[in-house]
Amino acid sequence: MSSETMALSPHAVETQSLAERLHGWATTVDHKRIGVMYIGFALIFLVIGGIEAIIMRIQLALPNNDFVSPQVFNRMFTMHGTTMIFFVAMPIMFGFGNYTVPLLVGTRDMAFPRLNAFSFWLTAFGALLMYFSFVGGFGLYGAGSAPDVGWFAYAPLTSKVFSPGHSSDFWSLGLIVSGFGSIGTSVNMITTIVCSRCPGMTLNKMPLFAWMNIVMSGMVLFAISPLTAAQIMISLDRYLGAHFFDTQAGGSAVIWMHFFWIFGHPEVYILIIPSFGFISEIVPVFSRKPIFGYPIMVGATVAIGFISFSVWAHHMFTVGMNSWGNTFFAITTMAVGVPTGIKIFNWLGTIWGGKIQFKTPMLFSLAFLFQFLIAGLTGIMLSSTPFNWQLSGSYFVVAHFHYVIVGGILFAVFGGFYYWYPKITGKMLSERLGKLHFWLFVIGFHLTFDFMHIPGLLGMPRRIYTYEAGRGWEIWNQIVSVGALFQGVAVLIFVFNMIWSYWKGKDAGCDPWDAWTLEWTTTSPPPEYNFATIPTVHSSRPLWDLKHPEDPDWKYE
Amino acid sequence: MSSTTLTPPLTPPPIETPWVLPSRGKVGMFSLIAAESAIFTIFVVAYVFYIGKSISGPTPREVLELPIFNTVCLLSSSLTIHFALGALKKGNRAVFTAFWALTIALGAIFLFGTAREWHHLIYDKGLTIQTNLFGTTYYSLVGLHAFHVTVGLFGLSLVLAFALLGWVKQEHYGRVDVLSLYWHFVDVVWIVVFFVVYVAGR
Ligand SMILES: [Cu+2]
Repeated sequence: MSSETMALSPHAVETQSLAERLHGWATTVDHKRIGVMYIGFALIFLVIGGIEAIIMRIQLALPNNDFVSPQVFNRMFTMHGTTMIFFVAMPIMFGFGNYTVPLLVGTRDMAFPRLNAFSFWLTAFGALLMYFSFVGGFGLYGAGSAPDVGWFAYAPLTSKVFSPGHSSDFWSLGLIVSGFGSIGTSVNMITTIVCSRCPGMTLNKMPLFAWMNIVMSGMVLFAISPLTAAQIMISLDRYLGAHFFDTQAGGSAVIWMHFFWIFGHPEVYILIIPSFGFISEIVPVFSRKPIFGYPIMVGATVAIGFISFSVWAHHMFTVGMNSWGNTFFAITTMAVGVPTGIKIFNWLGTIWGGKIQFKTPMLFSLAFLFQFLIAGLTGIMLSSTPFNWQLSGSYFVVAHFHYVIVGGILFAVFGGFYYWYPKITGKMLSERLGKLHFWLFVIGFHLTFDFMHIPGLLGMPRRIYTYEAGRGWEIWNQIVSVGALFQGVAVLIFVFNMIWSYWKGKDAGCDPWDAWTLEWTTTSPPPEYNFATIPTVHSSRPLWDLKHPEDPDWKYE
Repeated sequence: MSSTTLTPPLTPPPIETPWVLPSRGKVGMFSLIAAESAIFTIFVVAYVFYIGKSISGPTPREVLELPIFNTVCLLSSSLTIHFALGALKKGNRAVFTAFWALTIALGAIFLFGTAREWHHLIYDKGLTIQTNLFGTTYYSLVGLHAFHVTVGLFGLSLVLAFALLGWVKQEHYGRVDVLSLYWHFVDVVWIVVFFVVYVAGR
């Protein structure tokens, strides 16, 4: 296969018909194309999930509003949460991992290229299956359309009695299918990093992004599988009349919560750890210094990976556990903040004394550091059980986790886009549009999610479709909604920037950022085979060694 | 950035040769086994959590019998596959094929035994997945394991077909070995299921 595609000259590609090119994309096993497909797929769903969010914000901007019905509102928050986690955040991480990890570790493809393509298509069809519910969810019983059970789908909402029709079936089947895709990609990622590193790249010379991806993939194996198992149980309950979550037959609704959150909490770290990887690649390059405390960084990541599997019931303090349970989960939750804090200090140590270049990737990374810190602090607040009893299920919690996911993960992803777009397309993204995107998004983000904490503290529950006037929530909800519009406009500018720069952007060359890792040694975009000869490395900054043969890093490592 | 030093280029220390990394097949299979273990763990937890919580009969003590013969068959298939691989490593293809076929036979006997047990439970004892929590957790856990045995048997049969066609040679030892890891995993899971369902659960 590879010899055949390698023989295609750029000229031959241009003369292909549209059908041939589509066929090429649909049948590709090249990690770079699959990575791009993951990212494109995620961006489409980012816009869809964003529209769902905007619909909710319009509905909540005014008290007693009736922009959408309560039923539609339920579908919107369910699909918004599910979409953003499973069809935006995870695919985008897998996309960047797929594209960059083989380049970073100096190999020509993932360990199992066909499994890679298969996993991508599983994820894509899982998403299509779930979104098909908008048209096909009426089913035989004439009730229900898109899933409306909330993204954590607490039992017994998913039982046949409370969820007739097929919307919940589409929900669980879509997640089972895309879950197998995630497991496949993670198996692939681990194998690639363990077995395909180029000569000389021992584990202590591996780029931190590869380290973060192997930890993330390991977590996927142990976190997505419980979700898949629990989804199988839901399907057994719904189709075969089993009683896993059927309280009428002695089943337990609480065990679903445990199964869901033993996936749900590590999931946050599955998304944030690759984000740490982005930051760990971007911050050193734009501070012109090697990363501070590499081994501690690796150790902290592995520690987070382990500890995050012992904290899940902090989502369940209000269920009524005994005080030992409450204490245990409060302490472990606080403990997971320790390695995370260590990382923040390491990035600050990297920036400290550096020759900082305020390019767009760096701006997003700096905002990440600040916002992720605040997100962590509200997380520590919520880990305190009595505080949590007051605020669980309120907008304070919604504000907290959006601070993590938008203020942390999405900012890191945007940084990653500006950093690696030149490698992927060969063109620079416009810095001017990039800075406009950054500032609009920062303003929108803070308008929305800083102020969202306040109605939470004032007692506004999450998932209500409207509220009465005179409770003191109106002004805060209006500010939050205005911020959402800012973010929407910023994302449109970002999408425009990507399209415009693809045609009109400056040529990037191999190494536009004067960076140090292997992906910048090859052309932009890289050839199908990545490297003409497989590189050998002697330090964790191989490109620095090439550029500075008189003062290489390996002298000091 | 700026290099004003006049030191001549240095030669880096040699790279460890040969540069050997772990086998892809094994690492991939161990990753898959990790994910599968997590799936089984959730079903085992559900089983243990619901022991004695059924609000109607039949109970495990009333209907379950120890599947000793079945267990012996499945566990000895782990031994036969080990012998088969030992033979392949030495290049003894006839012995490999014989032991490999024996492994499949033992696995098939196990599956047949499970089918008979289920038939007995459904038609003689009236226990289905809908009957009570015991039925729900029993059929799903044992069924999940039986499903894995079926997948394993499919893979083993494919190798047997290749072996009978004379395609499996000494140099394929590594690949066949990866498949055997999966089969060992299925056996180990059975040990867990056996103790949870038939010993602790009764
Ligand atoms: Cu959590």
